[in-house]
Amino acid sequence: MRLSLLTAPLAVSIVLAFAGTVASAGNAAATNVPEYALVIKNHVYVPSELKVPADTKIRIRVTNEDATPEEFESTDFSRESVVMPNHSIVVYVGPLHAGTYGFFGDFHRDTAQGRLIVE
Amino acid sequence: MPGVALLVFREVLEAALIVSIVCAATRGVPRRGMFVVGGIALGVAGALMVALGADFIGNLVGGAGRDIFNASVLLSAVLMIGWHVVWMSTHGRELSQQMRSVGGAVKAGSRSLMVLLGVVAIAVLREGSEIVLFLYGMSVGGIGVTELAIGIVLGIAAGGFMGYALYIGLLRIPLQHFFTATNVMLALLAAGLASTAAGFLVQSDLLPTWGSQVWNTSHLLSDDSLVGRTLGILIGYKAKPAGIQIVFYVAALMLLAAGVRWQQRQNRAS
Repeated sequence: MRLSLLTAPLAVSIVLAFAGTVASAGNAAATNVPEYALVIKNHVYVPSELKVPADTKIRIRVTNEDATPEEFESTDFSRESVVMPNHSIVVYVGPLHAGTYGFFGDFHRDTAQGRLIVE
Repeated sequence: MPGVALLVFREVLEAALIVSIVCAATRGVPRRGMFVVGGIALGVAGALMVALGADFIGNLVGGAGRDIFNASVLLSAVLMIGWHVVWMSTHGRELSQQMRSVGGAVKAGSRSLMVLLGVVAIAVLREGSEIVLFLYGMSVGGIGVTELAIGIVLGIAAGGFMGYALYIGLLRIPLQHFFTATNVMLALLAAGLASTAAGFLVQSDLLPTWGSQVWNTSHLLSDDSLVGRTLGILIGYKAKPAGIQIVFYVAALMLLAAGVRWQQRQNRAS
């Protein structure tokens, strides 16, 4: 039992990584999910507003051009993901109902603010 | 500096609440203080490693590495807590009886100590790695050392205080109900962590959402508020859960209940 406790994290990661690889390989079809781009520069989102379709699953590619890490986060559409300097991440969002949803950079909340306009 | 203190506080709060529940649940186990400190030390070391390897982890599995990593870490904690809940369901009573008779000295075996160590380490690692990345950014951004230090100390002190307050509160539960209460709290904690793990897999499209916001109670209690955050850890509160997160939450609770029943039957048979 003690052995399984210590190996639990490893086993879970291997299973998930395997499933992830299979899923992302099979997800070539996911290219029909519309992609939107955000860039973080000087701790500000560019653009600060994205217009996206309602009731549709989208993905947002967030690229961090700053020299410091940022966390792309939204309480309104419940996402959080760290973006390392000079890296980009992809976050799947929705489908969301029409409305305005805020997002922010958790590491620079005073400047990194943006909105998703879903219509 | 308020920014530093706030972020550190938010992350420390989440770890501290988990640590205090696990500490209460292992009440009376000898040498557990050492294991808590060991778990925190392991967690801090792990947080530094995760922060250093953040580029590497992020690039794994076609960019989904970080979400898979977060989900794995959370689900591992769920497994460990779940094992403890099942085990305690038959041993809790003898523990509280022994605690009353021999004044706290209980031989609860090293297994719950390993759970304690593992869960504390995971909680600290997860929240700690974000603090490390954030502080690294702040220091590159040219924040003063004093400002940084004051922010860190304030954040840790405030978060730690909340955890300690919860722990003291839990200790006031009467002994005959104590381990039942901590077991229920552990079960809710585990179910919440499982649903958070599902959220990470949804955002890299590894799981379907089954409804991206099944309900919305954020006008009553936002995930970002202090109470919302606290309940988010304690009972897995989410203002706008995805359908799959509700499924993970309920499934975790049902699996735990089944495990507890199985363990009690085994115990009666032997």
